[in-house]
Amino acid sequence: MSTPAHSTAATVPDRVTSLVRALRTHGIRIGTGESVDAARAVAVLGLADRDQLREGLAAALLHDRGQRAVFDPVFDLYFPRRVGAPGGDGPGDGARFEEKDFDRDGLRDRLAEALAASDRAAMAALAAEAVDGLGGYGSAPGSDGFSAQQTLERLRPQTLLARVRAALRAGGGESESGAFTDRVEADEIRRRIEDFRELVRAEARRRVAERRGTDEIARRMVVRTADRADFLYAGRSQLAELRRAVHPLARKLATRLAARRRRAARGHIDLRRTLRGSLSTGGVPMRPVLRRRRPARPELVLLCDVSGSVAGFANFTMLLVQALHDQFSRVRVFAFVNRVDEVTELIARGAADPEGLGGRITTEAAVTGWHGSSDYGGALTEFVERHAAALTSRSSVFVLGDARTNQMDPGLAALRRIARMARRTYWLNPEPRSQWDTGDSVAGAYGQIVPMYECRDARQLSALVGRLLPV
Amino acid sequence: MFRSVDDVTARLAETGYLASPAVATTVFLAARLGKPLLVEGPAGVGKTELAKAVAAITDARLIRLQCYEGVDESRALYEWNHAKQLLRITAGRDETWDQTRTDIFSEEFLLPRPLLAAIRGDDAKVLLIDEMDKADVEVEGLLLEVLSDFQVTVPELGTVTATRHPFVVLTSNASRELSEALRRRCLFLHIDFPDEELERRIVALKVPGLDEVLTASLVRVVGALRAMDLRKAPSVAETVDWARTLLALGADRLDEEVVRASLGVVLKHQEDVRAAAAKLDLDAV
Ligand SMILES: Nc1ncnc2c1ncn2[C@@H]1O[C@H](COP(=O)(O)OP(=O)(O)OP(=O)(O)O)[C@@H](O)[C@H]1O
Ligand SMILES: [Mg+2]
Repeated sequence: MSTPAHSTAATVPDRVTSLVRALRTHGIRIGTGESVDAARAVAVLGLADRDQLREGLAAALLHDRGQRAVFDPVFDLYFPRRVGAPGGDGPGDGARFEEKDFDRDGLRDRLAEALAASDRAAMAALAAEAVDGLGGYGSAPGSDGFSAQQTLERLRPQTLLARVRAALRAGGGESESGAFTDRVEADEIRRRIEDFRELVRAEARRRVAERRGTDEIARRMVVRTADRADFLYAGRSQLAELRRAVHPLARKLATRLAARRRRAARGHIDLRRTLRGSLSTGGVPMRPVLRRRRPARPELVLLCDVSGSVAGFANFTMLLVQALHDQFSRVRVFAFVNRVDEVTELIARGAADPEGLGGRITTEAAVTGWHGSSDYGGALTEFVERHAAALTSRSSVFVLGDARTNQMDPGLAALRRIARMARRTYWLNPEPRSQWDTGDSVAGAYGQIVPMYECRDARQLSALVGRLLPV
Repeated sequence: MFRSVDDVTARLAETGYLASPAVATTVFLAARLGKPLLVEGPAGVGKTELAKAVAAITDARLIRLQCYEGVDESRALYEWNHAKQLLRITAGRDETWDQTRTDIFSEEFLLPRPLLAAIRGDDAKVLLIDEMDKADVEVEGLLLEVLSDFQVTVPELGTVTATRHPFVVLTSNASRELSEALRRRCLFLHIDFPDEELERRIVALKVPGLDEVLTASLVRVVGALRAMDLRKAPSVAETVDWARTLLALGADRLDEEVVRASLGVVLKHQEDVRAAAAKLDLDAV
């Protein structure tokens, strides 16, 4: 048997080292101790069972659950399916796909069967077949790659839902029709289809890695942890995953805020009073006087653009702030597209149904006037006119939005007034900094008035919130 | 301790703990590498139960430190039995103070707490430090010390060094982030909700009387509830409770009425019950 291309003589210890390096480039902190444990884990577990190897390495190298979303695809690259099972035939030399008539319909039939049976092994095999037959691009072997997206576009597994359901019904057995479980069936099938899509992505990555070198692909791989998903492009399932992360994240932030509060409460040395006190000791400052902090908790005001693509960002932040509400004496949330309305109540109620939050804001709050595009100037001005009472010397204001004014008056004066009335004002912008001030963005002008921060994903948001929130 | 991962799986199953491959592999590895095991995961997925099961299959004594806010050295490590010391002092009036002092700070007056108990003696032990996230950060420092050299110094007595390391399991619900230092000491295991097949087996094991088809339906509905983004997703413990309830109700299949009547067993918050009822198309609950 010829040596498979992907394992070009890489010894197992080398592969573990490369795996560790790749994980580090994706932000996972791994010390030498963990690397040593990983090597010992491989020695103890052996290579015969790939799942055991995966779990063992994860146990040795990872420290929290979120890292698993990075670990799994990287592991798949360095320990591709066949490597764990010596004797299994190696993947082709990479020149295998030619234009051949590929039986797409046949594959769809078999996929429908596998989905109905929830047979993961069959699904994995079909994913490999699909990428092989539908995912290759370019014509000259060797000069080209494999695309998961192309595979999925051609195969369209999501359209199999109805067929899988029908197959389940026809199959009879457990699922007599009219059974209560029919109500959850569609969602179950959708989850299986999503699993299959993930298998296709993993397979395409593996193929490309065979061609271009695992290290290269591992480094450039886009890791899909929800907290790193770009707010502007996050899909439905990622937003759902993010929403599930709101409460754990809020708990962590609350701990951090409490720590900051404790530190602040220890107080700063009050120089004037220390010196005054030192008069009795002949001017030698014997007892530093600590300035006590006001015990009252701060107030928070959120002013959010909820139009189009920035809505996901706004909604996530609103939920996060709601989950943190007991950290503040008061939280008020305002939403706008081109008109401003207070949505504090909607959000407090919305904790039970976070998925519906965006919909409810658009239907129940007056955030749009006679057109549907955002108007920052109009909204900021209206906020100052109608809701200025929300701003006190205790409030911190966060403005959320991409600062894209659709060429309308940015209303700089209104933002200046907000900044004057509040204790602190910050702007969080979900666009990459490189795009600020391009097109109709007036990020720069707003950024002159209040500090503006790039806030593209949940990770950045939680770092900013942990740092900027008043305590 | 264990011959192989499969050996772990098989022996855990004998005591009634059905381990996923991830759980069995990590337990095996922790035993082989002699490292503490940090187990995280949502409530009720069997974290505590795992430690108990490991103790049972290895014929080890289970020593449990249940953490809570305010747990301190005297609860975790050791304490002097002051009452007994006082008695001793009053009893020995004609001794010199030096004599008395050596005497009252001896073994006899020491109250070992879980951490000390776990490193003394050479019998096999499983040390369960349960709900570590509930304890204050200071306790972590203490733990780190004990876990790094498995020795404890009692100033009046000297240093106790473990002759036999206990198998250490720490559990956490992640209500507080544990320190990086502590995490680095441990192998990490996140126990998630079991997959359908495993959960069916757990139910079958715990509630043997329940019809197989009904068990399968129940597990599917629980899976759907977990996908719903509720305040508290139902855990294994709740699945088992639900199964018991259905058995008690004499239900032979899952239908709207049965679900409506028993949903409160699975979901703990009223708003979750309402949200789930809406999604499952139940009439008003
Ligand atoms: N894999 C399993 N095999 C057998 N029983 C299980 C399993 N997982 C969970 N259980 C059952 O679930 C119940 C709850 O488990 P346990 O108390 O260990 O949960 P936990 O994860 O420690 O929860 P908490 O975070 O609330 O302490 C146990 O009584 C046990 O019967
Ligand atoms: Mg427990």
